[in-house]
Amino acid sequence: MKHLLSVTDLDAATATGLLDTADRLKQALLGREVRKLPTLRGRTVVTMFYENSTRTRVSFEIAGKWMSADTVNVSASGSSVSKGESLRDTSLTLSAMGADCVVVRHPASGSAHRMAAWADRAAVGGGGESTGTHTSIVNAGDGTHEHPTQALLDAATLRDRLGAIAGRRVAIVGDVLHSRVARSNVFLLATLGAEVVVVAPPTLLPVGIAQWPCRVSPSLDAELPALDAVMMLRVQAERMHGSFFPSSREYAVSYGLSQARAALLPDHAVVLHPGPMVRGMEIVPAVADGPASAVLAQVSNGVHVRMAVLYHLLAGAPE
Amino acid sequence: MANDRRGDAHGAPADRELLSAADVTRTIARIAHQIIEKTAGDERAVLIGIPTRGAVLARRLAAAVGEFSGTTLEVGSVDATLHRDDLRRRPARALEDTEVPEGGLDDRLVVLVDDVLMSGRTVRAALDALADHGRPRAVQLAVLVDRGHRELPIRADYVGKNVPTARDEQILVLLTETDDVDGVRLRRGPTPEGAPAS
Repeated sequence: MKHLLSVTDLDAATATGLLDTADRLKQALLGREVRKLPTLRGRTVVTMFYENSTRTRVSFEIAGKWMSADTVNVSASGSSVSKGESLRDTSLTLSAMGADCVVVRHPASGSAHRMAAWADRAAVGGGGESTGTHTSIVNAGDGTHEHPTQALLDAATLRDRLGAIAGRRVAIVGDVLHSRVARSNVFLLATLGAEVVVVAPPTLLPVGIAQWPCRVSPSLDAELPALDAVMMLRVQAERMHGSFFPSSREYAVSYGLSQARAALLPDHAVVLHPGPMVRGMEIVPAVADGPASAVLAQVSNGVHVRMAVLYHLLAGAPE
Repeated sequence: MANDRRGDAHGAPADRELLSAADVTRTIARIAHQIIEKTAGDERAVLIGIPTRGAVLARRLAAAVGEFSGTTLEVGSVDATLHRDDLRRRPARALEDTEVPEGGLDDRLVVLVDDVLMSGRTVRAALDALADHGRPRAVQLAVLVDRGHRELPIRADYVGKNVPTARDEQILVLLTETDDVDGVRLRRGPTPEGAPAS
C-alpha cells in the first residue's frame, strides 16, 4: 500500500488487516507509562488542510506523534496557498522537503488522487532513477468524494461494539449527497459484508446511488427496528447552494434521531455520528450522549486507525 | 506470518528432530523448576511471552510452575514488532497481541519468554517495549532453544536446549496450540525471506 486514497482500493482482507493493526496498537498503548512507540522515528508526516477540521487533523497529528514521526501542520490560510500557489506546486514542495507522507483535506473531489499521481511521478528522476523520496498521500477528505480513514474508524467502532461487521445491518441517514463520509462508509461496510441502508430526503441523494452497494429507503421509522447500527450524518450547510429541504425544523422531524426514534432501535444497536454534530438538527442531545451512542469511541478509535494507516504506509520497506 | 518460518506443521522429511513431544514437555518442566528456584517464591513475578510461540510457552510455564510449587504466576505477552530495528527491511508486518497484567510491571520480576534465541534482536526490541510499560525490578530471559549467532550482548537465564546451528539452517518450534503438535526440528536451508531474525 503506497497511498490511501479511496476505500474502493481496499479489499476485505486489507481493510480487516488495518482494523486488526488498529486493535493491536490500542492494546499495545493500553496502560503504558510511556505512550510513544519508536516505530516511525525519523519519518515526517505533513498534514495539509484546505478545509477546517478539528478531529481529523488532531487525530492524524496525535497518531503520528505517538509513533514518533515528526508531524508538521500546514493550513491553507497562513501558507503560500493564500498567495495563490497551486495544489501541485505546494504538493511538490512538500515532497521535495522530504515529507514521507502528506495527509490532505481539500474541497475538490479527486484532489488526493491528483497529488498521488504527482508524488509517483516526482519519485522517479529524469533517467528513470529513484529520487529518494516517494511521498505517500493519505486522503483525509476530498470534496464530496471520500474520507477513507473515517470509514475505517467507523468500521473499527462497529466491530468493537457489535462483535462483527459481516451480516450486520447499518443505516446511514441524512445528507448523503454532500457526504464523503457516507460514500466511504457505504463502500467499505459493503466490502466488509454489512448490509447497508441509506435513508435520506430524495433531494439529498446523489446521482448514481443506484449503482452503490446499498439499499435506499425513504423512511427512517420503518428501518429502525431492524438495525444493528445507525449512522447520522451532519447536514453540510456550507456545501448547500440552494434549498434541499423546506426548513431545518422539517428536516429534524423527518430525519432527525429523536428520543422517540432511538427507542425504536433494538437494545444492542449503536448510534454513530462522524462529528461535528449539529445537536437538535440530525440528533438530539439525549441520544448523542446516551448509552447507545459511540460518538466518543469513534474519536478515540480514530487515533488508533490512523496510527494503523501510517504504520502500513510508512513502517515497512519501500515497495 | 510467523508460520512461514516454521513451514509445514508436519515437517518435510528432510527435517531432523531435535526434541520430541515428550522432550518438549520435559524441557518446559525443567525450566519451570529453575524459575521456581531462581524466583524463590516471589508471587509477584510475571511471565511475559513474545508472541506467537513465546506467549504460548509463557502460559505453559505458568501452568507448570503452578503445578510444582502451588504459586500462580501472572502471565502476559508483549509484541516487540513496533520496536524492531529491521522494520524498514521488509514490508509492514501484522502486529500480535500485547497483554500486560493489570497491576503493571513496576517493581516486579519479569521473566521474558521466547521460543528461539538467535541474534538477540527480538529480545532487545521486547526489552524496549517492556520499559515503556513500566520499570520492572529485574528482567530474566527464558528460551526453549538457544541456537547461537548472537548479534547483541544478550544471554538467556533459562535455556531449554542449546543447539549449535549453521546460519543457513532453520529451527522449527512446533507447539500444539499453534501447530497441532509439539516438537523442535532442524531444517536445512536458509530462513525464508520475510521471517524475522530471532
